[in-house]
Amino acid sequence: MSELRELYQEVIFDHNRSPRNFGKLEDANRTAEGYNPVCGDQVKLYVRVENGVITDVSFDGQGCAISTASASIMTEALKGKTEQEAENYFKSFQALVTGEGEADDSLEDMMKLEVLGGVREFPMRVKCATLPWHTINAALENKDDSVTTE
Amino acid sequence: MNSTEASVCVSDLSKTYDVEAIRAEFPALHQDIHGKPLVYLDSGASSQKPRSVIDATVYYYEHDHSNVHRGVHTLSQRATDAFENAREKVRVFINAKSDKEVIYVRGTTEGINLVARSYGDANLKQGDEIIVSEMEHHANIVPWQMLCERTGAFIKVLHFDDSGELDMQEFDDLLTEKTKILAVTHVSNALGTVNPIKDMTRKAHAVGAVVVVDGAQAVPHMQLDMQDLDCDFYTFSSHKMYGPTGIGILYGKEALLNAMPPYEGGGEMIKKVTFEETTYNDLPNKFEAGTPSIAQTVGLGVAVDYLTAIGLDNIAAHEQDLLDYATSRAADLDGLRIYGTAKHKASLLSFGLDGIHPHDIGTILDFEGVAVRTGHHCAQPVMQHYGVAATTRASFGMYNTRSDIDALFVGIEKVQQTFAR
Repeated sequence: MSELRELYQEVIFDHNRSPRNFGKLEDANRTAEGYNPVCGDQVKLYVRVENGVITDVSFDGQGCAISTASASIMTEALKGKTEQEAENYFKSFQALVTGEGEADDSLEDMMKLEVLGGVREFPMRVKCATLPWHTINAALENKDDSVTTE
Repeated sequence: MNSTEASVCVSDLSKTYDVEAIRAEFPALHQDIHGKPLVYLDSGASSQKPRSVIDATVYYYEHDHSNVHRGVHTLSQRATDAFENAREKVRVFINAKSDKEVIYVRGTTEGINLVARSYGDANLKQGDEIIVSEMEHHANIVPWQMLCERTGAFIKVLHFDDSGELDMQEFDDLLTEKTKILAVTHVSNALGTVNPIKDMTRKAHAVGAVVVVDGAQAVPHMQLDMQDLDCDFYTFSSHKMYGPTGIGILYGKEALLNAMPPYEGGGEMIKKVTFEETTYNDLPNKFEAGTPSIAQTVGLGVAVDYLTAIGLDNIAAHEQDLLDYATSRAADLDGLRIYGTAKHKASLLSFGLDGIHPHDIGTILDFEGVAVRTGHHCAQPVMQHYGVAATTRASFGMYNTRSDIDALFVGIEKVQQTFAR
């Protein structure tokens, strides 16, 4: 039961109820759509990049509490970061939720993301947490097309 | 009451339906999940297996295994007999006219693909029409789309209303002399709707179309009679009817199957091979290239025995009670919406909870020991009809009880409490 509490922490519910940076970003210059074929969840990421810095980022779509909270927390963490930093966060987040490799605690906003660490005990749900990250990764690489978790 | 009367009462009860005795036959049901007794409500995805099926598969490997139709030695004969006896059991079970009409395939998906490839490629041409219902599983949509790409035929969609019943007025309007195939499910895996196959077949035949029925969700729940339904092709999987995975049945009318080209080439499906010319084997072997799933087929035969002994009518009555009970429990719950309320429905409950995603529901229920399916159920057009990405589905099998449904609703209340924080 503690694993379940670890997964559904209060912060997750908070972000699920009132996701931050939710809605279309009108002046986005990078976008990508993510899709999880297992559950039908969709997320769209809108990013504004200026001189290599993510000056603004938002998302919309529909997903479970884990993917919604993950997207919400991710947008909070990445706003104001450089593209290179975003990549470091992506790698660190993957390590956190898969348990493979070490999360990089030196990243200043890594603490915020650690609330999603409980998902590593739920292999079937890891993709819920990583879908927004794969999607923003695709947006930043300017692969302006659909990505899936597969 | 004297002891004779008491024993009469007990035997009458057991004649109606002894669900506890049935449960005792299924080893996988008796385990704890996250410290709670397993409540298995996902038989629609795949059912658990009775001891007799498991034992038969093990016995086959321990005593009788060899390749079928290949050798003159004793084990080959035993394997072949067991393999072919299962075919006869299935023939009786679905009341096909002949063993030649019972083709072994890997499952429902392969059955539909075989018909689309073999019958479809040989008979459809540019401008022909295939009617496919909106409630189909992807396995009864995609093979037809692929056939359309190859031939220039096209799909016409038969819609359902919000209760989950097919629009029979639209069906009448869609049927024309251009209609070559009707592809429809007997029971919807996402909604539970039981479709009027016999009636639809009669109408489709009137315009000269052949009828392909996805029976995957029907076969564990109702007595099937191919000669009465009169459909041209009917396909189902063993693993949803308490048998092993990896084996399924394609029923087809003999005249149609005879006229169809083979689906795959290889061993077993030939009479004579030279580099100049190959002659194909007779039915059913013409469609059974390669070494088949022998042990699984033997297990399927035993699953048929098991279902026959208990009686599909008894199972259907038991499951109807479960469905009625679950539906009434659901009606009492605020914030729960049922998807699929057709008058004629098989025993599954597809639902949504306000503001809570099915995957979150599924994870929390799992911690209550309750196994349900969450997602789009490989029926995305059904999800699109209701404007949702996914639903939660509890499907009931012959071994489920009212207390399983009570556990489901205890779990659902827990989900709602968790999300109300």
